[in-house]
Amino acid sequence: MNSKIIIYSSFLTGFLSLINIPIVQSETTQHLEIFKLKETITNNNQDIFTQDFDDDFVANENFNQEFAQQEYEVPDTNEENEENWPSPIEDDEIFWLLLVDRLEYRASDGKDLFYWDVQGWVGGDYERIWLKTEGEVAFAEKESGDAEIQLLYGYLIAPFWDLQVGLRYDREYGPDDDKGRVFAVIGVEGLAPNLFEVDTALFISENGDISARLEVEQELLVTQKLILQPRFEINLAAQEVENFGIGSGVNDIEFGLRLRYEINRNHAPYLGINWIRLVGRTSDFSREEGESVDNFSVVGGIRLLF
Amino acid sequence: MKNPLNRRNFLRLTTGLGLAVGLDYLTPAHSQPMKGQKAVQDNSKYSDVIDLTIQETSVKIGGRKATGITVNNTIPAPLIRLKEGQTAKINVTNNLNQDTSIHWHGIILPSKMDGVPGVSFAGIKPGQTFTYEFPVIQNGTYWYHSHSGLQEQRGHFGAMIIDPIEPEPFEYDKDYVVILSDWTYEDPHDVLSNLKKMSAYYNNQRRTIEHLSDDSMWREMRMDPTDIADVTGATYSYLMNGLVPETNWTGIFKPGEKVRLRFINAAAMTFFDVRIPGLRMTVVQADGQNIQPVTVDEFRIGVSETYDVIVQPRKEEAYTIFAETMDRSGYARGTLAISKGMSAPIPKLRERPVRSMKDMGMNHDMSGMNNNSTMNHDSSGHNDHGSMNHDASENMDHTTMEHDMFNDEAVMNDSNDFGVGNAGVPMMVQSRLNEPGIGLENTGTRILVYSDLRNIIPGYDQRKPDREIELHLTGNMERYMWSFNGKKYSEEKEITFYKGERLRLTFINQTMMEHPIHLHGMWMELDNGAGQYKPRKHTVIVKPAEKMSVEVNVDVTGKWPLHCHLLYHMKVGMFRTVAIADRPVEAS
Repeated sequence: MNSKIIIYSSFLTGFLSLINIPIVQSETTQHLEIFKLKETITNNNQDIFTQDFDDDFVANENFNQEFAQQEYEVPDTNEENEENWPSPIEDDEIFWLLLVDRLEYRASDGKDLFYWDVQGWVGGDYERIWLKTEGEVAFAEKESGDAEIQLLYGYLIAPFWDLQVGLRYDREYGPDDDKGRVFAVIGVEGLAPNLFEVDTALFISENGDISARLEVEQELLVTQKLILQPRFEINLAAQEVENFGIGSGVNDIEFGLRLRYEINRNHAPYLGINWIRLVGRTSDFSREEGESVDNFSVVGGIRLLF
Repeated sequence: MKNPLNRRNFLRLTTGLGLAVGLDYLTPAHSQPMKGQKAVQDNSKYSDVIDLTIQETSVKIGGRKATGITVNNTIPAPLIRLKEGQTAKINVTNNLNQDTSIHWHGIILPSKMDGVPGVSFAGIKPGQTFTYEFPVIQNGTYWYHSHSGLQEQRGHFGAMIIDPIEPEPFEYDKDYVVILSDWTYEDPHDVLSNLKKMSAYYNNQRRTIEHLSDDSMWREMRMDPTDIADVTGATYSYLMNGLVPETNWTGIFKPGEKVRLRFINAAAMTFFDVRIPGLRMTVVQADGQNIQPVTVDEFRIGVSETYDVIVQPRKEEAYTIFAETMDRSGYARGTLAISKGMSAPIPKLRERPVRSMKDMGMNHDMSGMNNNSTMNHDSSGHNDHGSMNHDASENMDHTTMEHDMFNDEAVMNDSNDFGVGNAGVPMMVQSRLNEPGIGLENTGTRILVYSDLRNIIPGYDQRKPDREIELHLTGNMERYMWSFNGKKYSEEKEITFYKGERLRLTFINQTMMEHPIHLHGMWMELDNGAGQYKPRKHTVIVKPAEKMSVEVNVDVTGKWPLHCHLLYHMKVGMFRTVAIADRPVEAS
């Protein structure tokens, strides 16, 4: 090749990289110097490997191996102590997730409200710190609402199941009332056969009252981007807690059906319906307050994954 | 400080580049045709010293600007061409602000030169120059890449060709490297985070409610039958010699010429199915090793495998080199043509495959298992290269077969106690070496299968293995955990091989994904029914619910990695160190 071209192009290459011009990758002129070995295979494969070799090279692989490992002296280029070497892979890394599962406006007869349900974790493969919060704000004549936050430690106890223990804090507020209480939480969250996502927990309040909650949901793909999410929730209590309007036994059941459109995995607006029915003593308490026990709402919101 | 641009090496590595600048564009050196005959004949043309500089460089991939990790300013890294018998001396300078390394994939060398931080050496610190020096005692098609973090995903890989001392048992007129890779504009660490958040994050080909009843068993098992690839065309651009399909890398031939294509799968996560419509390919090397030629229409190349094929286009036409991803979410593409600028039709992507119950080891029908345990006599029948040996398989000594431990029977998979690190356990495991793999079952064309591979000469050590190590490939897709025997690297680090032994290493895949398992420093001889002609591989694909054995001659010292070559599987723990120890003295 013309040495002028080489020198010219070498300078140009160097210059371009110096001023950080992106190297354009594109098709190229393919001029080929033929790389050809004229020898062909003989009738017996083994012949080619038993013919005479160059004096200084023997194709015997046993010999080669020894050559590589013993006769060849490894240059001592790395004097650092082996104990200071880094790990070849870092498989103990900490990851995190923040899922705003439901952030929605609930329109129902006379009592609209804003609702959120957010879950997050930070941790490794086996141990994670979980944060869960849900709550609602009602925009009736006077603003009222309730909120709960849970801080849990989770440990992977089975391939699909995370055992979670921690604390829950509840707060209710309204025109007349403002009260809170603390619970101890023990729960299990995971994926049940048939791809039901299950989150269940037992709560013991600061006064020793015991209650439980089961949430089950599923994701059904209508298309790759359109996802139907049916969900079911039931709350139970062992004792009556009149102060919080809770009866013993089943307190309420809730059904939801949301259809979300995943613009991408991280952003998905949705529409849906939600139905809550209070039952037993809980519904009696609610009636006494003049509240409805049967609440159907149309919901719209967004699901966010961070 | 050494001058990294020692003139001769600079010329060697950028000759093609210079030519392209002079005429047209700047291109990565790898996409240039290789050095020719002169180099082969004149040993002085081989560099005694090669200088490589690793740094972050602004690159354009498919017209879009990105920052990649380059070696001597190119992605892929420059082609390194060595000669068997020489001593390679390669100075690697790290201009990154983090540690780096180069691992010479498939090269038999002293363990300190293997280039794996934490196993072979300390890694190359920012600003440091590390000199690799090793005798080159093999020949064929290999490659090299970073073994630090996720750098490989950012472009830190290149081809390495070692020319043989003795002529190769096949002939050809032209020689091209075809290096396949996957590129993402995302930060690779974000890709991993996304997988940790949601393992199906990149799967946009899931089954919908239309198939709800078909999938009842999968749903029951909490598995996804469309889980073919963890990272897909949803984020990847697939590259051939660093170029997107639209750019169309082109190899030039004259009609009737025999063209050698050296396929290297340098992808981080992607298996490719390679075909050239209109041409049959004669596979002559696998993982750099000469094999008895097999002529096929298509082959699957697992991550980090290499296959050398020879094609002989006779018409004055263009032929598409089509490398479709296993999950059918994209493709890399190039062209063989008589002149630049030509192209041939690009095949349509085939429908994405769906896992079958066989991938969960639940197929008790063994009818498909009858045709592989003996030799594949028809492979040479397809061979239209007069120079090649049609009688290869007939010449083999069938009596050696009785020494073979190869067994294709399905066995109950009873060892299922791998803890929380393993989610799905196949009921049965069996050999699947005669299967082309998922998505290639019913193409009606000849697909390369592992049982086709037979070495061209008998292995030099025909000892029967005296010890067997069983290694289970395990994973928990829900949490994106990958491991061996249910334990990730940080929980169980080392396996011991005894020096001098011939070891049988049996992989049992408990997961429903293919894993390319790579052993450094030693060859794995695949026990595929080839008797003494077992093919030597540096990487073997283990299919779901497969039980596969390789035999290893432990003739080295030091420490060596053994890992899944899917980058993110390795990163989260599917990795072990092999320590070579003296055989313990038996207690008397």
